[in-house]
Amino acid sequence: MTDIESLVGTRIGSVIRRWTDKITEINRKYATPRIRMSRGVKVVLLFLRLYLIFLVLLLGYKFWTLLG
Amino acid sequence: MDFGSTFFYKYRRLIKVIKIYLLLAGPGLIVMLADNDAGGITTYAVTGSKFGYGLIWFLLLLLPVAYVVQEMTVRLGAVTKRGHAEAIFDAFGSFWGWFSFLDLALVNWLTLITEFIGMTAALSIFHIPPVITIIIVSVIMMLMVLQGRYWTWEKIAILFAALNLIYIPAAFLVHPSISEVLSVGFVPHFPGGFNSTLFFFLMANIGTTIAPWMIFFQQSAVVDKGMKEKDIPWGQMDTLIGSAFTVIVAIFVIVVSGTVLYGSEIESAAQAASILMTTNPYLGTFIAIGLFDAGFLGAICISLASSWAFGEVFGWAHSLNLKIREAPWFYACYFFALVTAGMVVLIPNAPLVLITLFVQVIAVTLLPAALVFLILLLNNEEIMGKYKNTTAQNIAGAGIIIAIIVLSTLYGITTLFPNLIA
Repeated sequence: MTDIESLVGTRIGSVIRRWTDKITEINRKYATPRIRMSRGVKVVLLFLRLYLIFLVLLLGYKFWTLLG
Repeated sequence: MDFGSTFFYKYRRLIKVIKIYLLLAGPGLIVMLADNDAGGITTYAVTGSKFGYGLIWFLLLLLPVAYVVQEMTVRLGAVTKRGHAEAIFDAFGSFWGWFSFLDLALVNWLTLITEFIGMTAALSIFHIPPVITIIIVSVIMMLMVLQGRYWTWEKIAILFAALNLIYIPAAFLVHPSISEVLSVGFVPHFPGGFNSTLFFFLMANIGTTIAPWMIFFQQSAVVDKGMKEKDIPWGQMDTLIGSAFTVIVAIFVIVVSGTVLYGSEIESAAQAASILMTTNPYLGTFIAIGLFDAGFLGAICISLASSWAFGEVFGWAHSLNLKIREAPWFYACYFFALVTAGMVVLIPNAPLVLITLFVQVIAVTLLPAALVFLILLLNNEEIMGKYKNTTAQNIAGAGIIIAIIVLSTLYGITTLFPNLIA
């Protein structure tokens, strides 16, 4: 019996394992982006990351002020 | 050829074009009319009550905006034969793939709740309890997909989409002054001057024009329909006609609301319908039916967009052309989203207003990414070949996408912090 199965039981454990295996398979399948990472693409993706970090910080701030 | 023969020839040709179009029409028409979902109709109704006909001209600007973005999904779907979720995974790797997919699943599920809120509010005007509305809607939506053919589903969806046009006769019921509609509505100006309230409404109207689910839905629908490169012109025509209809419906909602509710403080289309039921029952009924249909149309597209995305990412069979035993996970996702979203609306004291606001904010996190990926994919020669964006398409696309990103972000921030631009 593997770790996860001993932790949550055989049936649930095998379901979780199936899902984690599937996710690992997807990650492996799409590990290398097909699109050529030119400087323009890299800049756009960096902008997207910064934009998302900004939004997450904003949401966090709103949540914090709501709690306060 | 004499005049009669020329006329007959052109008439036959036109009929043939219409017949082919009706055969190929679908994703563009449905997605565009579904764009006028419960949230969209509410936005237009409130806009009309606040500014009268004053912002009709602004809606006309949204036609090219909607067309340019959605047209790209037609080309991408027809050329790659992949939905948007799978295309992002493939082109940008698993990090962006998972981000887009999980964000889409969350936004769609929350939006589905808002569609159910719209539908239950609309039918409660006819004293139909929410639980009955949700059961009936869920059963109809399940039957629509279980018949096992994309084509049949599409034609039923088009029928429901046609019901969205109910706001056109509704506008004639209120006898608006045509000259006033033309002189006030079609001349660009900012009613009451450019202030924070007006700016919020401009952002809200843009926010309802392009939603993340629309990009994912249309691309997946194009793939499921089996459209090929040679069908792209028909897909473009379908999208253009759909864009025109979505703007026409929006204008007529504003005409109705601007004529009979101008100056009233309304917060939703359901509230508008119940006010109108007391003064003009026919009009109130039209508005309520329209709102229900808008929610229904939005719900069928949003739940399918999610199911297609799940199928694409996890590699499950995902087509409306497959029976339930051939694509069990695809249909399971569809039913699960429907049932759980419906159940949330039935929870006593559920924070439905908070959910509605949350949808607008979360959608802002996904929309820029989906749009940016769209334009990057459309510029990739290896993927798109001769169907890649031209310079003109890039200028139009990039301009529109930057404007949408800026305005929808401001809209999301204003929703979070309402006093920010006051």
